[in-house]
Amino acid sequence: MSVLLQQLANGVIQGALIALIALGYTMVYGIIQLINFAHGEVFMVASYGGLATFTLLPDDLKKSPAVALPLMFVGGIVVAVVVAVIMERFAYRPLRNAPRLAPLITALGVSVFLQEAVRVFYPNAKSNLPYPKVFPEGNLTIGSVNISWTGVLLVVLSVGLAIILQTYINRSRMGRAMRATAQDPDTAKLMGVNPDRVIVLTFIIGAVLAGVAGIMFGGYLNNINIDMGFQNGIFAFTAAVLGGVGSIRGAVIGAFIIGLIKTVAGQYMPGGTQYDYVWIFVVLILVLVFRPQGLFGEPERVRA
Amino acid sequence: MRKHSVKSAAIVGASLLVLAACGSNKTEGGGTTGGSCDTSKGTLTVGVVAPLSGNLSALGVGIKQSAELAVDEANKKCTVKGYKLTVSAQDDEANPAKGAQAATKLSTDPNVVGVVGTLNSSVAQTVQPILRDKKIPQVSPANTNPSLTRGNDFLTAPKRQFDNYFRVCTTDDLQGPYAANYLVEKAGKKKIAIVTDGKTYGEGLAAELSKQVTKKGGTIVGSEKVGEKDTDFSGVIAKIKALGPEAVYYGGEYPVAGPLSKQMKDAGLDVPLMGGDGIFDGKYIELGGKEGDLATSVGAPTESLATAKAFVDAYKAKFGKEDYAAYGAFSYDAANAIIGALAKTVDGAAWDESKRDAMLTNVGAYAGSGATGEVKFDQYGDSTNKVLTVYQVTSAKWKDVQTGTFTG
Repeated sequence: MSVLLQQLANGVIQGALIALIALGYTMVYGIIQLINFAHGEVFMVASYGGLATFTLLPDDLKKSPAVALPLMFVGGIVVAVVVAVIMERFAYRPLRNAPRLAPLITALGVSVFLQEAVRVFYPNAKSNLPYPKVFPEGNLTIGSVNISWTGVLLVVLSVGLAIILQTYINRSRMGRAMRATAQDPDTAKLMGVNPDRVIVLTFIIGAVLAGVAGIMFGGYLNNINIDMGFQNGIFAFTAAVLGGVGSIRGAVIGAFIIGLIKTVAGQYMPGGTQYDYVWIFVVLILVLVFRPQGLFGEPERVRA
Repeated sequence: MRKHSVKSAAIVGASLLVLAACGSNKTEGGGTTGGSCDTSKGTLTVGVVAPLSGNLSALGVGIKQSAELAVDEANKKCTVKGYKLTVSAQDDEANPAKGAQAATKLSTDPNVVGVVGTLNSSVAQTVQPILRDKKIPQVSPANTNPSLTRGNDFLTAPKRQFDNYFRVCTTDDLQGPYAANYLVEKAGKKKIAIVTDGKTYGEGLAAELSKQVTKKGGTIVGSEKVGEKDTDFSGVIAKIKALGPEAVYYGGEYPVAGPLSKQMKDAGLDVPLMGGDGIFDGKYIELGGKEGDLATSVGAPTESLATAKAFVDAYKAKFGKEDYAAYGAFSYDAANAIIGALAKTVDGAAWDESKRDAMLTNVGAYAGSGATGEVKFDQYGDSTNKVLTVYQVTSAKWKDVQTGTFTG
């Protein structure tokens, strides 16, 4: 029993991380129907951005986590946002009216470019880099279940930011503009919505969330590498598809489902942890067979 | 249209997986000018196949630079008459497919006289046959999987696998049991959990350790595998924690072992992690290896060996740093075995491909005193030097705690 509880806790933490990244995928898809494969790399550069910020701090600040940690978040998020905005402006905007496949391939190109750029230009990025220990040490112990404080923080941030985002999109003026653009960009434009602004804002929000995820990932697992964006990006993409691409609630719930399947299947299914990815994709396939639009996605609508 | 894009996205996603497996090939030359020696007959090449980029590059670069040092010294001493030697280092990215490409590239060059490498046993498996077909001797500084030399039944029916393959380090059928003896008898850990990365090296090492643990009265409480690219091990850790192990043995390398050790501690499983030569690197501690963790490695500690002092000094003079890593001294010896055999094979005459058979014989018969002690090969191509050392993380550094040979 205690093992099951521990695995559930682990699954929730992994899900929280995936959710932060999945939100960026699903929002961009919702607005411009682009699967932004480079989004995983935004998460990765944010992690390196946070590490670089820490490295550049004067020595006395490095020793006080209360100052260093917020600065790392700021550094990581700024890097992520700058990368995402440049990416949108120079890689995707010129292709806005091109066939659907063109921006998709571009996204792959951007992804490889970002990975290689970090590999070549970030000092020692060829191998895993240790992350600074500025995060709260120790564990939260409930009965026999151990959760590191970093994990708790990750879950709180992930759920909190998702709720704020959902509220923003449903309540604010800009959120309404986003929903309008997603439903029908041409009509939205006629109503005075500036699509460029909406799209850039979508990329920025996605990048901020990926930035938070990037820093938390480094803190939770203590080390980062240039492959992290790819692997977690695939999970996040899967979560977004599982939940229904375009749905915020779907992406978050899909992410938690994936995290839980991974840990629980690793514990109880044949093959153990070595095959835990298999069960994630088994569930994805089953969902797509019986509900192709995903758990919370809207059924396909034919556009005029 | 919308449906199609999700589908094509999935296809593209799959091709992305393939793309990520491809990296870049980097070639770097090595060696400096031959000084005042007679190099009228041209240049011969010592190949190096090792991971020069990627997670294991700390070890790979140590191998490459140590081989370059050996070649440099040979050029200065005019060891091979009439020829200047260079190093051609190929990056295998610790990936068997890349290793095969690197080996093919080297094997098509008639001037390649021998190859130092690989680091990974799994890469050696693809490199061995390619070099054998061209009769190019391969001397590994670091492969410890016993089946590479003696076949799958290495204990009961050993059989020489490749007559071009030699190694200067000892093997896991000794390393695993040596570690088991230390864990059970010296450290008093009776309940051991095993975690491996599923690769040739880690699997083989853990299997050899398990047998000896059971023989010495310990128990293997569980066995788990992790993926090489995994970063979050909480699932595996929760699973083995429930089994109450007194120590965890990891078969694999430091990029996984370091974070695993840290995450074990975070999850409240504060028992020592032990591993083989694959985790014996300073990077292990940087990535999260904790106090009290253990590792075995091949040979005696390089710093403590009188024979290695000259190597360490020369390495430092050439590269300015002591980053020869776990296998530097072995790589230096491996390169010297190739150079020594080449000097004997050429001996004032001209090198051509008809001399490859003689070259193989001469590598097999090579005997010298190197940085790691005596360098000699037995009938299978294994090193006759069977020394192993146990290291422990003490004050954030690897410290040797026991050196010896496995005696049963």
